[in-house]
Amino acid sequence: MSANPESAEARKQKLEGLGTKRKRVEDARFTQGKGHYVDDMKLPGMLFGDFVRSAYGHARIKAIRKDKALALPGVKAVLTAEELKPLKLHYMPTLAGDVQAVLADGKVLFQGQEIAFVIAEDRYIAADAVELIEVEYEELPALVDPTKAMAADAPVLREDLQGKTSGAHGPRKHHNHIFTWEVGDAAGTAKAFKDAPVTVKEMITYQRVHPCPIETCGCVASMDKINGQLTVWGTFQAPHAVRTVASLISGIPEHKIRIISPDIGGGFGNKVGVYPGYICSIVASIVTGVPVKWIEDRSENLLATAFARDYHMTGEIAATKEGRITGLRCHVLADHGAFDACADPTKYPAGFFNICTGSYDIPVAHLTVDGVYTNKAPGGVAYRCSFRVTEASYMIERMIDILARKLNLDPAEVRKRNFIRKEQFPYQSALGWEYDSGDYHTALEKALKTVNYTGLREEQRKNREAFARGETRKLMGIGVSFFTEIVGAGPIKNCDILGLGMFDSCEIRVHPTGSAIARLGTISQGQGHATTFAQIIASEIGIPAANITVEEGDTDTAPYGLGTYGSRSTPVAGAATAMAGRKIRAKAQMIAAYLLEVHDDDLEWDIDRFRVKGAPERFKTMAELAFSAYNKVPPGMEPGLEAVSYYDPPNMTYPFGAYICVADIDVDTGVTEIRRFYALDDCGTRINPMIIEGQVHGGLTEALAIAMGQEMHYDELGNLKNSTLMDYFLPTAVETPVWETDFTVTPSPHHPIGAKGVGESPNVGGVSAFSNAVNDAFAHLGLTHTQMPHDHWRVWKTAERLKLTA
Amino acid sequence: MIPAAFAYHRPSSLNEAINLLAKHGDEARVVAGGHSLIPMMKLRLAAPQHLVDLQDLAELRRIDSDGTMLVIGAMTTQQEILASGLLAGKCPILGDAAAQIADPQVRNCGTIGGNVANGDPGNDMPAVMLALDAIYRVTGPGGSRDIPARQFYQGTFVTALKEGEILQSIRIPTPVPGHGAAYEKQKRKIGDYATAAAAVVLTLQGGTCTAAAIALTNLGDTPLNAVAAAQALVGSKLDSVAVAAAVKQARAIARPASDGRGPADYRTHVAGIMVARAIAKAKARAA
Amino acid sequence: MQKMHVKLTVNGREVEALAEPRTLLIHFLREQLSLTGAHIGCDTSHCGACTIDLNGKSVKSCTVFVAQANGAKVTTIEGMAAADGTLHPLQEAFREHHGLQCGFCTPGMITRAWRLLQENPNPTEAEIRMGISGNLCRCTGYQNIVKAIRAAAERLQSTKEAAE
Repeated sequence: MSANPESAEARKQKLEGLGTKRKRVEDARFTQGKGHYVDDMKLPGMLFGDFVRSAYGHARIKAIRKDKALALPGVKAVLTAEELKPLKLHYMPTLAGDVQAVLADGKVLFQGQEIAFVIAEDRYIAADAVELIEVEYEELPALVDPTKAMAADAPVLREDLQGKTSGAHGPRKHHNHIFTWEVGDAAGTAKAFKDAPVTVKEMITYQRVHPCPIETCGCVASMDKINGQLTVWGTFQAPHAVRTVASLISGIPEHKIRIISPDIGGGFGNKVGVYPGYICSIVASIVTGVPVKWIEDRSENLLATAFARDYHMTGEIAATKEGRITGLRCHVLADHGAFDACADPTKYPAGFFNICTGSYDIPVAHLTVDGVYTNKAPGGVAYRCSFRVTEASYMIERMIDILARKLNLDPAEVRKRNFIRKEQFPYQSALGWEYDSGDYHTALEKALKTVNYTGLREEQRKNREAFARGETRKLMGIGVSFFTEIVGAGPIKNCDILGLGMFDSCEIRVHPTGSAIARLGTISQGQGHATTFAQIIASEIGIPAANITVEEGDTDTAPYGLGTYGSRSTPVAGAATAMAGRKIRAKAQMIAAYLLEVHDDDLEWDIDRFRVKGAPERFKTMAELAFSAYNKVPPGMEPGLEAVSYYDPPNMTYPFGAYICVADIDVDTGVTEIRRFYALDDCGTRINPMIIEGQVHGGLTEALAIAMGQEMHYDELGNLKNSTLMDYFLPTAVETPVWETDFTVTPSPHHPIGAKGVGESPNVGGVSAFSNAVNDAFAHLGLTHTQMPHDHWRVWKTAERLKLTA
Repeated sequence: MIPAAFAYHRPSSLNEAINLLAKHGDEARVVAGGHSLIPMMKLRLAAPQHLVDLQDLAELRRIDSDGTMLVIGAMTTQQEILASGLLAGKCPILGDAAAQIADPQVRNCGTIGGNVANGDPGNDMPAVMLALDAIYRVTGPGGSRDIPARQFYQGTFVTALKEGEILQSIRIPTPVPGHGAAYEKQKRKIGDYATAAAAVVLTLQGGTCTAAAIALTNLGDTPLNAVAAAQALVGSKLDSVAVAAAVKQARAIARPASDGRGPADYRTHVAGIMVARAIAKAKARAA
Repeated sequence: MQKMHVKLTVNGREVEALAEPRTLLIHFLREQLSLTGAHIGCDTSHCGACTIDLNGKSVKSCTVFVAQANGAKVTTIEGMAAADGTLHPLQEAFREHHGLQCGFCTPGMITRAWRLLQENPNPTEAEIRMGISGNLCRCTGYQNIVKAIRAAAERLQSTKEAAE
């Protein structure tokens, strides 16, 4: 007991728990240049690896001549498929049940594919050696158009799969076919369309893009031959999964492998999968007996690592004349590149695309997805997509606008008429998901009111009249997007990656003097976990967040987890954190009861202490209980105060939001100016509003880039036209507008603290808002849909087709 | 990412630089600001065996007036051009263009000499120099000579500069009263090369255009001097008919590549829009 | 691969080393001097993660040979804080206003902002955005970076006024 008791409010503030705009603990090192990223590492004797990469999109390799490179002083070795074959490492399993060439074996299948790995004393010598290796190619016709992939005369890409009529996801109907995924009720949907007074159909492309974090991928692999221990530091968004996969393919037992993700300079899904550079570095370290570092260039990152999207979606809606949707049908042609390296949960070859019923109460739906191979880089699931949720949301949000246009109804109104109502939650969607909670009408009303939507539509009406009179050459567009996304993968019963259930974990240990350390199975790449997870623990166990160290990323110390991507950290690891905290509090309660000589049930929790009900002056703080745990516990109880929780979530979580974009398009140049962007997000319980706002700003900026200018375009020979930052659009501060953020709070009923996750929401909702705005600007002139990206020339071409240009 | 090896030279005078170039012939290249050459060397598209660094050549750094001409030393950076009160007052189109080249860091290093002399059709200053009727003074083993900008550009990375010559300075006729000039550039993002850009220099007397020059950036193998387009303005009040005629003539000579910035027909269209907008701005400045 | 002798002043200290002339300044700083604050994010001089201060100007150190920097005065992020460890107002403002997430662009961004505020002590939002147009960020959307730079500008101005 103390003489001057602090107020409850003061004690709560000291904790900096849930809901606090706690400043980040990470910033101290980052603002002083003392971050520890992979390329900062220097180990004694370390060598450097670099790749020879394919110049062609599709070619046979006739010869590889290494002699000049090997003769260069400082070059230690050159690996090709020949050296990897005896180790059975020239191919590696992908996360999607396919295999991917580590080093090309006889043929190359995409421009930039890895052919040889040079190991040298420093990166300058390695670069010189790469230039000295001669590769003799025999060019083959390149397949870059996915709509031609399954033509009868389409070139054979995957000779290694010759004769295989089924793959990891079922039967294959063509040599370039990967899988067909089908969900929903085909017959019921067909009937809905047959009976519908109104139908709309549109082919909507979500172009191939790339997450392009500022830090590229890389690793340092170090095989210690003396104690048989392999340590790999790397840009890994899922360090434990990498350890297990590395063990399975190398034969090194898992307890002898240590994977460490240090600071990571942005992930966005680009750093989930295993790349040839990691495998080659490990082999090189085993062969040379010293550490080997591999860090790719930006052009290598864009050419060869996980791209995103490349979904060609035909959407169809059946509806009443009042715009009430009676059925949804969608077929997707998915371009996976040369190898299916998608980072999806195993049972979902098209990710969670079946969230494409969106925020709407659609009684029946049918979805089919066909994945195909092309001569492009492998991958597909990345870039803040929550496993294809960006694609699904874009499809349905465009289709709603297209339906609205056909019926001459307001797009916000059509949404309202079709929203899942608050009382319908938990809601069973027609394509198999149980949405946990939502209050869509409230969120949309708040958004529309805040931006004065009625006023904006009135302004647009006047603008259209002025344009018709020739008084202005600018057209105003208003884009509404109301997304529901599905994150927090996920329940083990349906979510696993290569058989590893997608639970996550948190282990907390409280020290005698009342501070604590926690370790998680996730890994921040900028999301601020060291700051936010401490906040969860602080609120659960009453120790100030400032006294809680949070660590991630070292597989020797962190409990097993499936990593950070798909906005899963808060829903899964955040839940584990709360549960571990509750175990600690439960034990502390028993110690407190023992010390205060009362029954457990006579105590109540009050922010940072247990106090006796009815006698609040008798209490024990968590700090006091921590010390007691080490010297005075009830008979029969173990000393110490720690707990671990492995959390198997009962369901996914479903954040949602209402975004509104106002744009002005200069019809003579195709330049679009984003006048205003309002984003309302509902991610359930908000752990740190400052960090949520930062995530929304960043995600919206990525969405702007995607909608307005990014594409990974291959020409007909398979040359990638966007392999540098000259031609791959990353907006600067000048192109980026000011973002207005807002929120509602609809907690998740099944999550221990009601939180849903938010990291990917802005990319999911943002792209639709921008694209709907551009399409809306021309809608009154007959435009149904124009494809992204909405860069200057494409927008101008739309205006030209509509005969608006001078 | 890693350039090939080279021997490095840092002469302290223009003569020393010229002698080095004479000695090493086509194995040598000069480096000025380095922000065109070094990126090419990092891609190994250029691999000189000798690099001659011009940074210590004080005689190539100047911004002054010799009465009838503004004189800018070749090693003057884009940032120095932006910061020059003399140029802002006498010839603001230079600042228009400089501000849209790359970004602040690149402008701290990139020189006007590099931008006009390397023959990259994407560079912004050459069209400005064409419109201003600038003169390039180059110096080589045989001494100095003057080349009009309008005769300097021959093809992509091909100029009238002979092997062993270095651009020393740029001379711009001091604009007269009634002068108005503007540089309008459309780009995918700030700092990108132009989708299309136009430099327009006008002289107005009593509301009538008595002289005009129009030049185009990144719409061909070289900057383009749109002579007929400029002619369409002379004698007019820069009314919509005259401007339309200039736009049409400018588009007629544009032959842009189709690339990420857009197909050729689009870029040609935008060229005309840039010409029209540059004329409007130049007209306003001449008033 | 003939090496040359270079001498620079880096963060106030004289350094001497042998390096190939083609060594990019960013590699020299990171690998020979172990100043790993500035980072490499691209290969075409676009991203600005390598930004340092060279002879009083913000420069992308990936586009400078150490040979060219011979004799130069260089300041990096490691030189922003005072000798006694007191953080520069920019470093504090970035933390205060959540102007960073993954931290990778941050050293280049702060080093650039440091010089920007010396060139223009009272920049408008538009001037800040133009001023950092050579520094790309994928995490923050720039909004809080602009806020942080504005806040640091105000603090530096009031400190200056107080001192006068």
